[in-house]
Amino acid sequence: MKSLAELAEIRERMKNKVVLREGGNDMRVVVGMATCGIAAGARPVLNAFVEGVNREALGDKVTVTQTGCIGICQYEPVVEVFQAGKDKVTYVEMTAEKAEKVLQEHIKGGKVVEEYTITNAKKA
Amino acid sequence: MKELSLNILDIAENSVKAGATLIGIELDETENILTLRITDNGCGMTPEVLQSVTDPFYTTRTTRKVGLGLPLLKLAAEQTGGKMTITSRHETLFPKDHGTEVTATFQTQHIDCTPMGDIVSSIVTLIQGNPDREFVFRHKSRRGTVELDTRQLRDVLGADVPLNNFEVLQWITEFLREQYAGEEKL
Repeated sequence: MKSLAELAEIRERMKNKVVLREGGNDMRVVVGMATCGIAAGARPVLNAFVEGVNREALGDKVTVTQTGCIGICQYEPVVEVFQAGKDKVTYVEMTAEKAEKVLQEHIKGGKVVEEYTITNAKKA
Repeated sequence: MKELSLNILDIAENSVKAGATLIGIELDETENILTLRITDNGCGMTPEVLQSVTDPFYTTRTTRKVGLGLPLLKLAAEQTGGKMTITSRHETLFPKDHGTEVTATFQTQHIDCTPMGDIVSSIVTLIQGNPDREFVFRHKSRRGTVELDTRQLRDVLGADVPLNNFEVLQWITEFLREQYAGEEKL
């Protein structure tokens, strides 16, 4: 059974890491979590990014956050990727599987996954 | 919404946006009635807003012209023969005791009752996105009670580790899933 003692152990382990992380994040992944996003499937998309960032040990440079309605409900679930010095990238109609591809190719690899972007969706 | 747990996530996010620091999510199951209660100490609603809040074409947002969260929950409850009620105390009228309470009842044996779905995932998602707020979750049924109070976790973690630290989120997920699994064995 999970115990509060385990939580105290996590605290001890994290103390040093917290110091290293301060000011280090340079990429932000924002998932739309308003009614439109939640109904369209944003929860598993968010979870995929949170788990993927941890699995790939990207926590020092990537933050995964939530936001409200972005105003393009027809394209939900919507994910925006912000990076210092670069244009914002908006990914639309996301799924957990697409999130994994974005994580590998864009977040890790630095190459935008054009086929999932809003620009591409509007062309179609 | 395909799951009630998604309605719960959506309504609780409203509480966050209302500036609530403490959000309560209670589920109470009897033989064939499920009662959902979401309470918060946010800014509350004025009587005028409260009157319009279940109108899908009313919203306080500026990004779109519809507000579907509460109407969808109301529909989900009413399609089972249940109902939804809201009480709210706006901060201008109740500066020391403001907030909102949304209560919905569902007849769980009704063919149109939406399944609960992954409630653990909804609770963890709320904490991940809002580590500065307190959530008190309680799910009572004849099988037992599943509980989580983030204030207790924060007491252990202190100021050093946020509640949305990945290892903490994993701990919360397993803590809740173990409680539900324990219920199933009873």
